[in-house]
Amino acid sequence: MNTPRRKFLKNVLATGGALVFGTTVLPSMADWPEVAFQAKTADEAMMALFGKDATDSSKIDLIVPETAENGAVVPVEVSTSLEQVESIAIIVEKNPVPLVSQFNFTENSVPWLKTRIKMAQQSDIIVVVKTQDGALYTTRKSVIVAKGGCAG
Amino acid sequence: MASGTIRIKAKEDNGITEVKVLITHPMESGIRKDLETGALVPAHFIKEIECIHKDKMVISAIWSGAVSKNPYWSFKVKGTAKGEKLKVTWKDNKGETDSAEAKIK
Repeated sequence: MNTPRRKFLKNVLATGGALVFGTTVLPSMADWPEVAFQAKTADEAMMALFGKDATDSSKIDLIVPETAENGAVVPVEVSTSLEQVESIAIIVEKNPVPLVSQFNFTENSVPWLKTRIKMAQQSDIIVVVKTQDGALYTTRKSVIVAKGGCAG
Repeated sequence: MASGTIRIKAKEDNGITEVKVLITHPMESGIRKDLETGALVPAHFIKEIECIHKDKMVISAIWSGAVSKNPYWSFKVKGTAKGEKLKVTWKDNKGETDSAEAKIK
């Protein structure tokens, strides 16, 4: 008679315990969005990160090579003339896990970055810029990959 | 705790400092197979990284295992002057962490 209630309590305690453990033992510098980083498609990653689509923008400059000799090290540079930038996310559409990284800016940093990423195969690199008013802007470029970088 | 994994170059021009960070880290995604055994190589990658200037977090990032091995990251910090310090800290999926400080030149 008491079993369902006990089970319920047990579940609540288990979840609560995990939450407490998560916040006190491993204080996070930023929120690492597990669901977005587990998404298998670019659309799923977008929805998990932002919950909506982004508008194409010519105010984002994405500099990538036309052909990457080695998919394990593809240089990416992003800058934007958009103002009050909160974050810049980098997504590789055809990677097994498309979301690569997200950079969070403050009033004390310039919305610009250089990084190096892995690409499994030829794919679009998608950049999503979020401004402080919550608006999303995007641009993309295709990169040919001579030698895939996720296996190497 | 890891140590000595971070190299930082910070050069100021007109109040803006371009920071170049190079980190020694395997950045294993967890989906790569070992070529000899065929077994998956366990995930081991930096998840979070941040830069602090004058006790304020000025920029941060969250990464997956698709950031290249031995990550390179360059960014620009405003309101800086030569001689001031910048501190970069990373944390990976195994809970390992490292920090390094550099003087702005």
